[in-house]
Parts: sequence; structure tokens; C-alpha cells
Amino acid sequence: MNIEELEKEKNEGIDSLPLQERRKFLKMGLSVTGVFLGGSVLSLTSISHASNQKNADMDIPAEGQYPYPKHYGMIMRQNRCVGCELCVEACKQTNHVPNDHGAWRTAIQEKITTENGSEKREFRPVLCNQCNRPPCVRVCPTKATYKDPETGIVVMDYKKCIGCKTCMAACPYNARYFNEEKYAIDKCNFCIDTRLAEGKKETACAAACPARVRIFGDLKDKSTEIYRLLHTPDSKIWVLRPDTGALPNVFYINA
Amino acid sequence: MTNNSLSAIFAETADPRLATPGMNRATIFFLIVTIVGLSCGVLAFIFGHHTIYNNTREMPWGMLISTYAFWAITSTGLCMYAAMSHVFGGTRMGMVSNRMVWMSIICIMGAFATIGVEIASPHRMLLYNIISPNPLSNIWWMGTLYGLAVGCMIIEFAGIVTGLGKLALVMGVFGALAEVLANSCLGGVFATLPARPYWYGAQLPIYFLTSAFLCGAAAAVLFNYLAYKIRDEKMSTSVHLAVKSAGKAMTLVLILYTVATFWRLVSFYVGGPELGRTAADALISGPLAINFWVLEVCIGLIIPIILIILSRLENMSMLAFAGFLILVGQFVARYDLVVAGQNVPQNLGWDNLPTHFSYVPSFFEFGVIAGSIGVVAFGFLMGERVFGKTFTQKEHH
Ligand code: SF4
Ligand code: SF4
Repeated sequence: MNIEELEKEKNEGIDSLPLQERRKFLKMGLSVTGVFLGGSVLSLTSISHASNQKNADMDIPAEGQYPYPKHYGMIMRQNRCVGCELCVEACKQTNHVPNDHGAWRTAIQEKITTENGSEKREFRPVLCNQCNRPPCVRVCPTKATYKDPETGIVVMDYKKCIGCKTCMAACPYNARYFNEEKYAIDKCNFCIDTRLAEGKKETACAAACPARVRIFGDLKDKSTEIYRLLHTPDSKIWVLRPDTGALPNVFYINA
Repeated sequence: MTNNSLSAIFAETADPRLATPGMNRATIFFLIVTIVGLSCGVLAFIFGHHTIYNNTREMPWGMLISTYAFWAITSTGLCMYAAMSHVFGGTRMGMVSNRMVWMSIICIMGAFATIGVEIASPHRMLLYNIISPNPLSNIWWMGTLYGLAVGCMIIEFAGIVTGLGKLALVMGVFGALAEVLANSCLGGVFATLPARPYWYGAQLPIYFLTSAFLCGAAAAVLFNYLAYKIRDEKMSTSVHLAVKSAGKAMTLVLILYTVATFWRLVSFYVGGPELGRTAADALISGPLAINFWVLEVCIGLIIPIILIILSRLENMSMLAFAGFLILVGQFVARYDLVVAGQNVPQNLGWDNLPTHFSYVPSFFEFGVIAGSIGVVAFGFLMGERVFGKTFTQKEHH
């Protein structure tokens, strides 16, 4: 299904979503305003907007519930993506991603549908969601993958990775790969070592995107574009596979 | 312990009747199978695990993981039956419980051999499992508990052999506890992954435990039958009764397991996530259908039931053959479980992906499987040869 069709989908109503599920998103500063396609797509909006709804069972969390000083996330303005894959290339260069055995940190997924005889192409950028409740971190026997205490980014300590591949099985987003040079599992880390550490404000993929699809930033910083986009009232924001409870930090909108 | 006392012990336990050329040939054959098979796995450390095994980013686990689970589950089953008859006494299976302890150790060795060449960097595990443990990780608990279990069982077995009955009893209880918990964590490894609806859910750990009781009983029947077969000897009445009660347990659990399998599959078709249903489709009508219907259901469930009925639990060769078929079915069932959990693309509908990824184990993966069978067969024959008398003497407490 493409985005326009998705927007035409019937909102199944948040009542079908357990209260607990809604609370989880509240903890991230977002509230759920819609459920689509049997819960596989959620629409989210800012809490400030939700507070206007005066919905009794929506307790608004106080600021600072997110446990890390920084809260990095990314918004994909999905309908802008043209599938040029400059982001993929930039990532490979910047982060020395090997060229084979299915190694990639970010990818562009493509869907071709035919509608009234005409072909329709749709692109969806994906990468590690730096989940707030990352299954990969929970399952790792040796804490080789963990949430960076400063940024909440899910990072690797290669020397500790025993290569059991449980994290690959656990990730709902197929975000992890075997890095043969490191002989360990590897993944996107929002360029924490290759760019953020040097003071750059954007990931390589976000910087390389000619269509400005990828908006990267600190969700806690009210001056960032990502904050503004996430808190625009009535915008439809969704995440991938919300049903797995991983609480992703990569959001999708059409803008 | 001095050499003298060691050889005195072995003189007590060994079964010289098995020092025949035929036995020697069989033992050497399985030793070679072990060495050649596991060498396939050792090659992974030279050429890269990613090159010689057919696992991919999308399907990181394959036949080595399922075979590991199969041996580990069988080990748990054997160990539990042995511990129950040691602790509670009075069960007829007590008569053959020493053999079950030994085979439980051997089966877990088969499991360790398989996982040892599956994991990319086991040497890192030795260090970081200890200095950087993650108590939330099922894998950590599973590895630690199986390690503990095998330690306890080796001490238990040493106690049995040297006549230290109390020590053996206590260690047997700890070993069995560790095995059950480890088995549960093994189920939990799969059961706690919401990303994989085919695995996710509360049923799976119980399912694994049920399978342990099934495989344990089937292995008990089979190995005891073989133990007398290689000696070309008739079972004594008490051993016959022991194997018969193992057969009874096997029948009962076979029914439980069939029921559990039925409802497990039904549950995917009454609702729940699409990914789970599509995974179940792989077994019912997709790429795993032959595995499921022919090997899991016919060979692993239906024919054994018929054989058991025909044998009336008296005809030992028929019963043993049923046990063998059950083990074959369970081996395939573990494979299908591991594969079906991963072979539906998580982003189905994008990138023109097939409904099910195809996975065929590589030559080297088959090699490792053969190696693990070699480990168990070699261990069985060596056990009969070196500890044969211990296996048939009365219970040790
Ligand atoms: S997307 Fe996958 S790899 Fe990234 S944090 Fe979430 S579970 Fe881990
Ligand atoms: S493969 Fe490495 S990072 Fe992944 S769970 Fe195993 S030890 Fe942890």
C-alpha cells in the first residue's frame, strides 16, 4: 500500500490499542491519534496537542522521562524520497560498511504498484530505529550492544560480540548485519563515532539527501526541526511495526 | 586419584564383552565421522562463518541452531527422567537411569559441539560471559545453565561410578534443575522475540519442555534397546520393564506434544499478526510442507503411534524403531521451527520480496550435523564399553 492510500485508510480508532500501548508512546512525548491496518501503522502526534483533547485516560508525562541527556531521532519525509540512494552511498563511505554479505546500515525499500494501468513507485528509507526498548540490547548475552548512556543511541562494543546473532533475530527492522572485518555484528549508530563525535549535527545520510527526506536531531531540543515536525498539530506521524513494542525513534510523515 | 585406583574403577565398570572387532570398527567409524564432520565447522573459523554457512542477514539462524536445540532438548529429557527415578525411586526406569545420565551428558556434548562452531567468536564468550554478563539475556542464562548442568552431571556420573551415592544424588538433582531451567531459557530465547510472531508467546517454553520429555523418553527407549542389541543379549526382566515404562512415558508425551502442535498451529489461523500466519503457511502449504507433513507428522507422530500400538509395549525392536522415528521427527520439527520463524520477510510487500525466503543448509552445515551425530554415537559406544556394568547394576542409592 502506498502513502496516499494509507492516508485514505479508515482510522480504526485508538480504542483498539491497549491503554498500556498508548502510555508507552506518551513516555516518548508522543500520543497515538490513530490506528491503521490492524495496528501495524499508528499515527502519532505531539503531547501538547493531545493535552488539548482533554482525554481522561491520557496522563501527560512530565518532561525528562526519557532517561538519556540527548534523545536523537529521525523523521523521514517519506513521500519526498526519490530513491537515488545517495544516502546509502554516503553511509557506506562514512562508516566503512563492507560491500557484501548483506551489509548495509541504511537502505531504500521500493514498492511498485499498478493503479489504473499506470505504474506507481514508492520509496521508503529504513535504518536502525535506535529503539527506546531495543530488543537487540535485551537479548545480547555479553552487553556487546547497548544504549549509549549519553545519547541513547544503540551502539556496539565489537570486542564483546560473540556472534550468536540473537540480536539479528530479535530486531524487528532487519537493521543488523555481520561485519566480516570486525567479525562481529554491526549496525547504524547515527554516525555517533564518525560524525557526531566531530561536532557535526547531522548523520551522513541526512546530510547527503538531496530531497531533504531525513531530518535528524535531538527530540529534547525544542529548537530543532525534528521537534517542530513532531509537534505540528494534526500531522500524521507513523512508525514501523509499532506492535513489537520496541518504541522506535525513526518516524515517518508525508510533508 | 592414582592410575591404579582409576584402572581399578574401570575394571569394575567396563564391559569386556564389548571389546570385539565389530565394536572397535563401529567406534572408530563414529570417531572419524565426528572428526570429519566437526572439521567442517572448524573451517568456518578459517574461511569465515558467513562464507561456509548459508545463513543470511534476514535468516541469521539455520540448521546448526536447530540441531543444537534438538540435542539440548534431548539431553534435558534424559536428565529429567534419570533424576526423577533417582530422587523418587520406585519408578521402573531407575533400572536404566545411570545410562540415561551418561547419554544426557553425551547429548549435551553433541549440542555444544554444534553451537561451538556456529557462534562466530566463542573465545570472546569465555571471557565476556563472565565479565560482562547481561542478566536480561536468555542466551546468557541458557549458556550458563547448560554449563552448570553438564558440570553437575559429570560430578554426578563420577559419583555413580565411584560409588559415592549421596554425592551423585545431590548432583543429579542440581543437574536436572539446571537442565530444566536451561531448557526453559532456550525456549525463552525464541519465545521472547516480538519481532518473530511465529516464535513469540508464552506457549513455546512449555512446548520445548514437552519436547524434552518426548525426546528423552524416545532416546531412553532407543539407547537401551541398542545397548542390548550390540551385546546380542536379551534384556533382563527388570530392564525390559524399565524400557517399557520409558515407552509408556513416550506414548503419553507424544499425545501431549501432538495436541500442543495442533493448537499452536491453529492459533496462527484464528487471528494475530500476519507474519505469524504466513510463517505457519510455510509448514502447512509452503516450502516446509514436505518436512512438516511427511517428516514431522507422518514419520514423527503417526507411524510411531501405530508402531507403539502394534508393539503393545512388549516388542522392543518395534518400540525402539518408534523411538528412533520420533527423534527424527523432532529433529525436523526443530529445524522447521527455527526456519519458519525467520523465513517470512519482515518487510514483506516491499522490494518485490518472495513470501518466504529460501534457505538450504550448506554442505558444511550438513557436515557439522553429521559430526554431532558422530559425537553422540561415539559417546554411546564408549559409554557402553567403559561403563557398561554401571549401566545395568541396580540403582546407586
Ligand atoms: S532497530 Fe533493531 S538494531 Fe536498531 S535498536 Fe531497534 S532492535 Fe536494535
Ligand atoms: S551477536 Fe553479538 S551483539 Fe548480537 S546478541 Fe550476540 S553477542 Fe550480542
